[in-house]
Amino acid sequence: MAHLDTRAKLAILADAAKYDASCASSGTAKRNSVGGKGLGSTEGSGICHSYAPDGRCISLLKILLTNSCIFDCHYCINRRSSNVRRAKFTVDEVVRLTLSFYKRNYIEGLFLSSGIIGSSNYTMEAMVRVARTLRLDHDFRGYIHLKSIPDADPALLDQAALYADRLSINVELPTVEGLGKLAPEKDAVRIRTAMSGLKAGIAENKEARAKYRSAPKFAPAGQSTQMIVGADAADDSAVVASASSLYGKFGLRRVYYSAFSPIPDASAVLPLVQPPLMREHRLYQADWLMRFYGFGVAEVQGATDDGMLPLDIDPKTAWALKHREQFPMDVNLAPREHLLRVPGLGVKAVNAVLRARRQRRLSLADIGRLTRGIEKLRPFLIASDWRPVALAERDDLRPRLVKAERSQLELFG
Amino acid sequence: MPTVTLAAPDDFDGWRDAARALVAGSVPPSQVTWTVAGEAGDLLGGDSALPPATAPSFSVPKAFIDMARRVVCNAEPERFALLHAALAQLRTRPKLLEDTADRLVNRLYLLDKGVRRDVHKMRAFVRFREVEDPGLPYGDERFAAWFEPEHHIVRLNAGFFVRRFAQMRWSILTPEQCVHWDTQELSFTPGAVKADAPDGDPIEATWKTYYAHIFNPARLKVNAMTKEMPKKYWKNLPEASLIPDLIAGAAERTRGMIATPSRDAAPAGAIAELRAEAAVCTRCALYGPATQTVFGEGPADARLMFVGEQPGDQEDLAGRPFIGPAGQVFDRALAAAGIERSSTYVTNAVKHFKFEPRGKRRIHAKPGTAEIDACRWWVDNERLAIKPAVTVALGATAARSLTGKTVTISKERGRPLPLPDGSELWITVHPSFLLRIEDRTQAEAEFERFVADLQAIRERVAALA
Ligand code: SF4
Repeated sequence: MAHLDTRAKLAILADAAKYDASCASSGTAKRNSVGGKGLGSTEGSGICHSYAPDGRCISLLKILLTNSCIFDCHYCINRRSSNVRRAKFTVDEVVRLTLSFYKRNYIEGLFLSSGIIGSSNYTMEAMVRVARTLRLDHDFRGYIHLKSIPDADPALLDQAALYADRLSINVELPTVEGLGKLAPEKDAVRIRTAMSGLKAGIAENKEARAKYRSAPKFAPAGQSTQMIVGADAADDSAVVASASSLYGKFGLRRVYYSAFSPIPDASAVLPLVQPPLMREHRLYQADWLMRFYGFGVAEVQGATDDGMLPLDIDPKTAWALKHREQFPMDVNLAPREHLLRVPGLGVKAVNAVLRARRQRRLSLADIGRLTRGIEKLRPFLIASDWRPVALAERDDLRPRLVKAERSQLELFG
Repeated sequence: MPTVTLAAPDDFDGWRDAARALVAGSVPPSQVTWTVAGEAGDLLGGDSALPPATAPSFSVPKAFIDMARRVVCNAEPERFALLHAALAQLRTRPKLLEDTADRLVNRLYLLDKGVRRDVHKMRAFVRFREVEDPGLPYGDERFAAWFEPEHHIVRLNAGFFVRRFAQMRWSILTPEQCVHWDTQELSFTPGAVKADAPDGDPIEATWKTYYAHIFNPARLKVNAMTKEMPKKYWKNLPEASLIPDLIAGAAERTRGMIATPSRDAAPAGAIAELRAEAAVCTRCALYGPATQTVFGEGPADARLMFVGEQPGDQEDLAGRPFIGPAGQVFDRALAAAGIERSSTYVTNAVKHFKFEPRGKRRIHAKPGTAEIDACRWWVDNERLAIKPAVTVALGATAARSLTGKTVTISKERGRPLPLPDGSELWITVHPSFLLRIEDRTQAEAEFERFVADLQAIRERVAALA
């Protein structure tokens, strides 16, 4: 494009990045700029510096290096055949934007992704150059997340891992068939090969660092991926199975879901309706059940109706309603794994219950102080002063729970 | 009844020393009054003497000290007394803190949470602005921010900013206390007012561009946003001023996203595409009061492109450029110069009508440079799509839009000027200029001059073929 200034490019290249759901800037090594020459720090958990009206947090400068692309994936706004305006940042422009935003405390760092121009290697090389310039020339110690190009030379991915906190490679769609239909030029095998290469690199680096403290850090915040939900026919059971196998196989830190969003100049292959955002929300809740609550894939799948998680109640409640015989549960006696299965009782609250009940027996009011609200919990719990009728005997339960969930959801918007 | 007066609202050390002595002296917490020097309660005065310790000191869990350090910073007046009460209980119940369901512990836990949240929000929502400081050697930057915390957290939170911006000179001003870092040392000064902080930074415009574009209008979730970024913080966040318009425009933008013709369905020209996008443009505030975007018109392969100023009242209603009084003068001049309007592409530098309401009438107002520059986006893209051999700027606004600077028309008219893409720019007057000349003879002379310019342009286009 002839004469676009940095700001005009930013408009195009931020626009192109707005479909990406991942944003986290957490989980990396702690560091700060004391004694250095540049700026920046990371202290474990990331900071959301702003929120957009779509409710998503803005913690990183999330942009594309370019939105030109040699590929033609149907769900993607940047695909070759799309009519969108194109722009391309220079390495220097991205570096300057990142630093000037960071100095003003607008962001935690940079999340750089890119359309593929020239070749995968050429593109990946440019992305690595951005990260290297930030780290080496400017001694930048903030967060860097690079979205890697899967079929770039593995040596380039290794380099990227030296400068970036986190690397991600999108699996794009939950199933290989979906990928074949909507992104025929992308190769599921290569995507997975790149992910396992990263996994091996991260593991090797851990060992090396255990032996030699001076070994350089390699993607200290690990790797993540994103898949688009609702663009193909995969149901929630398939999505959940796919995510779980990704966690297992590649040691991912996070799997992000992005509800397929209508894009301008959309390909005719795509559905024109967007999936409800609630579906995305339920999938994230299911993801939590597997990562923090000890649910297996089959159990989450068991909470679905014909493969889809209910939209009106959360997956844990859905599971509980299908396993009524296990409730109500005695908070003063039940083991941790069981308490974690109580709808509305989070990990924090369960830990607090366990600590407190070592000293005394807990009442319903005590539980109320540890959770967001007692309404939803009541039917599932036995406390020192409370004993509901058995869940199995109540048939008015679901509507009541939906009501309780509604009033809580207000909080989530 | 003992009264303890602490040196400052966040005086943890003072609280600890006093509370330790009180507990050791077995003074019941209910009998102690806690005040802070300079705060209202202090005026009543009282007996500040602490009792002599009668019992051996005892150790408390580190978790309690950590929590107390934060809770002391809470604005809740009862905080010192509540901490004192907890400390007294810890003596006989060392595991007290583990029972977060306990009333007192829970109360402290909530106070702690409030402080943690405030600390976190300060880390998130402080916005530094660069400060001009002629006293500093060239190249040294200084930054300052204005922030209004809910609790007494400035001192508690200073370390974070030091660790993050160790090599930067910065100040954070707040109503109660200000903190400064000169790359070596922290210093604190009394509270300030907002006017003491700088009120703008050129980068903010770029940041707002980012904010407006990273937002996906197809996913509007306003409650989720305000839950994490409560409105009370908005006034000090530069990007927050965009929020109302982004929300108001979201539905329309989403429709625009879906309605943009698909290439697979019907290959649409680049101009049609741009036109659809511009229809929902919110790059400047002009889209608000106007009826619609008035986009350019003409064949996609036109070799000659005219850029006027902006739509007027009639254009705004009809949605087409150059159809009002000035458009009629323009048509006459084109005919006199032998140019077929239908072979040219005609557009405006600014696509929305800017006006001031006067009773029932709308009086034309000149677009400002910010609007011209915002709307340049579309002109640039129209030129990119059409690729005219010659572009004609009609009047100063169009000249500004196409050159990026202010030009004097009388100096530049009548000759080609090179544009960066290798094509030519010609500058002449705007037809509405001719309408405003009252002297008849002079008006006719100017009309002839305008026609002469157009003739020269017609010949130039032919020569460039
Ligand atoms: S005047 Fe231009 S920039 Fe402003 S809203 Fe209209 S088209 Fe967009």
